[in-house]
Amino acid sequence: MANGAMTQTQHIPYLAQKGLKSWILTTDHKRIGILYLVTISFFFMIAGLAALGMRYELMTPELDFFRTPTEYNVAFTLHGSLMVFFFIVPGIAASFGNFLIPLMIGARDVAFPRINLLSFWIYLVGTAILLSALAQPADTGWTFYTPYSIQTGTKVILITLGVFVLGFSSILTGMNFIVTIHKLRAPGMTWSRLPLFIWASYATAILQLLATPVVGITLLLLIAERAFDIGFFDPAKGGDPILFQNFFWFYSHPAVYIMVIPAFGIISEIIPVFARKPIFGYKAIAYSSFAIAIISFFVWLHHMFVSGISETAAAIFSFLTMLVAIPTAVKVFNWTATLYKGSIDFHSSMLYALSFIVLFTVGGLTGVYLGALAVDVHLHDTYFIVAHMHYVMIGGTVMGFFGALHFWYQKWFGKVFNELTAKAAWFLIFVGFNVTFFPQFFMGFQGMPRRYATYPEEYISYHALSTYGSWILGLGIIIMTVNLLIPLWKKGWPESSNPYGSLSLEWQVPSPPPHENFDEIPTVTDWTYAYGKK
Amino acid sequence: MSAHNHTEEHHTGLRVYAAVCLALFVLTAVTVYVAKFDFGDFNIVVAMLIASIKAAIVALYFMHLKFEDKLTWIYALYPLFLLFLLIGFTIMETFTRVPVIK
Repeated sequence: MANGAMTQTQHIPYLAQKGLKSWILTTDHKRIGILYLVTISFFFMIAGLAALGMRYELMTPELDFFRTPTEYNVAFTLHGSLMVFFFIVPGIAASFGNFLIPLMIGARDVAFPRINLLSFWIYLVGTAILLSALAQPADTGWTFYTPYSIQTGTKVILITLGVFVLGFSSILTGMNFIVTIHKLRAPGMTWSRLPLFIWASYATAILQLLATPVVGITLLLLIAERAFDIGFFDPAKGGDPILFQNFFWFYSHPAVYIMVIPAFGIISEIIPVFARKPIFGYKAIAYSSFAIAIISFFVWLHHMFVSGISETAAAIFSFLTMLVAIPTAVKVFNWTATLYKGSIDFHSSMLYALSFIVLFTVGGLTGVYLGALAVDVHLHDTYFIVAHMHYVMIGGTVMGFFGALHFWYQKWFGKVFNELTAKAAWFLIFVGFNVTFFPQFFMGFQGMPRRYATYPEEYISYHALSTYGSWILGLGIIIMTVNLLIPLWKKGWPESSNPYGSLSLEWQVPSPPPHENFDEIPTVTDWTYAYGKK
Repeated sequence: MSAHNHTEEHHTGLRVYAAVCLALFVLTAVTVYVAKFDFGDFNIVVAMLIASIKAAIVALYFMHLKFEDKLTWIYALYPLFLLFLLIGFTIMETFTRVPVIK
C-alpha cells in the first residue's frame, strides 16, 4: 500500500538500547507503549488475584476465606478499582495506542513525545498514591458512592486522589493522540484510508479529553466533603447524594466506551487480515465509533434507575439507552459480513477476535435487558449485572486486548510465540470465562445480590460452578502469559517482518521497528484493507 | 505560517493584554458591587453571567481562541455543550422527582 518498506538488516531495532535510563527517560512512543503494557499487566494480575480470592470465598455460603465481611468488601473494591482505573481505562488506549498510532499513520512519533512520557509518569504517581492507600484500603466499591464513601472509616481520600491524578494522564494521552492523528498523517493517508484502529483511538481520545475532567472534579468534591465536611452530598446540609451519582456516571458511562472502543478498533484490524477480505462497511464502522462516543454522554442515568431518581428522567434515559445498540450492532454486523465467504485463518489472535464478537454480543444484548426500565428494577444490583458487565469488559475489551497481544506480538517484540500453546490457552480462557460468568446470569435472575460475602444455600451450585470456572480462566491466563514471556529471552529477530501479509503500514517496517519507525515518511497510495484486489 | 504568526502578534500585543487585564479587574469590581444587591433567585444568574464573560475574555484573548481555526473552536465549545447536558438533565431529574414522604 505504500512506499517506504524497509529491510531488517539496515536498521537497529528500538529495543536494542539497554539500561534503566533508556527506559525511564525514553520519549519513543513504542517504548512508552511497553512501559504502559508492563504496568497495566501487573495491575491486571493483582486485580485478578483479588477476584480469585473473592470467588474462593463464594464457593460456600459461609464466610470462611476472609475473616470479616469488610475484608471481602476491600477485596472487591481493590479488584474493581485496579481493573477499571489502572488496567482497563488506560489499557488498550495507552499501550497499543502508543505503539500503533504513529506506525499506522506513517509518523515517526506522537505529536508531543515529552508530554507522552509525562503522561506515563503521572500514571505512575497515581499508582503510587493508590498503593500507599493499600495499608488501609477503601471498602466502597470502585464507584465511591455517597453517603457511604463519606461515612466509612477507610482511606477513601487516598484512593480517590490516586484516581484523580490518573485522570491527568488520561487527558494528556487523549490530547496527544488527537493532535497526532490530525497533524502527523503521512502524505496520502487521508481520513478515508485511515486504519479503523485509528478511528477508534480518535473517538476514545475525545472521550478521554472531554469526559475525564468531570470525574476529576467529582472526586475533588468528594475529597472536600470528607476533609472539610462541606455538604455537597449531605441532605442535612442542603446537599444531595444522588448528585454524586449523576456526576460520577456522567464520566463513568463514557468511560465504559473508553475501555471498549479501542478493542472495537483491534477487532476491525484483525478480522480482515485473517479473513483475507476487505473490511465490510468501512465508513459505517468508522462513524459508528463516533456515534457511540456521542450517545455515551446521553445515557448515564440508566445506572441510577433504582436510586430514587424521577420516573420521568428514568423513562427518557431508558429510551436513550436503547440508541447505543444501533451503532454497536452496525459494527457487529459489519464484522460478520467481513467474515462471510472469507478465507479464514484461525490464528490465535483471530480466535480471540471471533470470541469477542460472540461474547460482546451476549454482553451487549443483556445490556438491552438492563436498559429496559421495568426489567432493570428486578435485575439491578444482582449478579445479572456482574455477568453483563464482565461479558462486555472481559468478553469485549480483554478478549480484544489478548487478540492484540497475539496479533502485534511479533511486531512489538520481534519474537515468535508457540501458536499451539496460544490456542490451548485461548480455549481455557474462553471456556473458563463462560463457566465463570454464564451461571451468574441465572443466579442474578433468581435474585442473588452482588457484593455479598455470604448467601443462602440455594445459590451454592451456581456459585461453586462459577468458582471452578475462575480457576480454568486463571489457568488459561497463566499459560498465555508464560507462552508470551518465554520467547522474550530468546536472541535474534524473526526472518519475516510481515508474517500475516497485512497491508497496514506498521507491518511494512521491520519487526521490531527501528527507533523513528520510517527512514523516509511513506506515501500512502491505497486503502488499508484492499485485500484480494488486483 | 508567517502570515498566521503575524496575525497572532497583531491581535495579541501588549495593548490587547493590558486591555483584557483591565476588563477583568473592572468585571471583578462589578461582581463585588452587584453582590450588595439582592436579586433573589437571580443572584446566582447575575454572578455566573459576569464570571462567564470573564472566562470568555480569558479564553478568547489570553488563550488565543479568537485566532484559532474551526477545529479548535469545536473542541472548545463541545465541553460547554456537555456542561449544559450534565446540568440540564440533572436539574430536570431533580425537579421531576415525586416526593415519597409528604
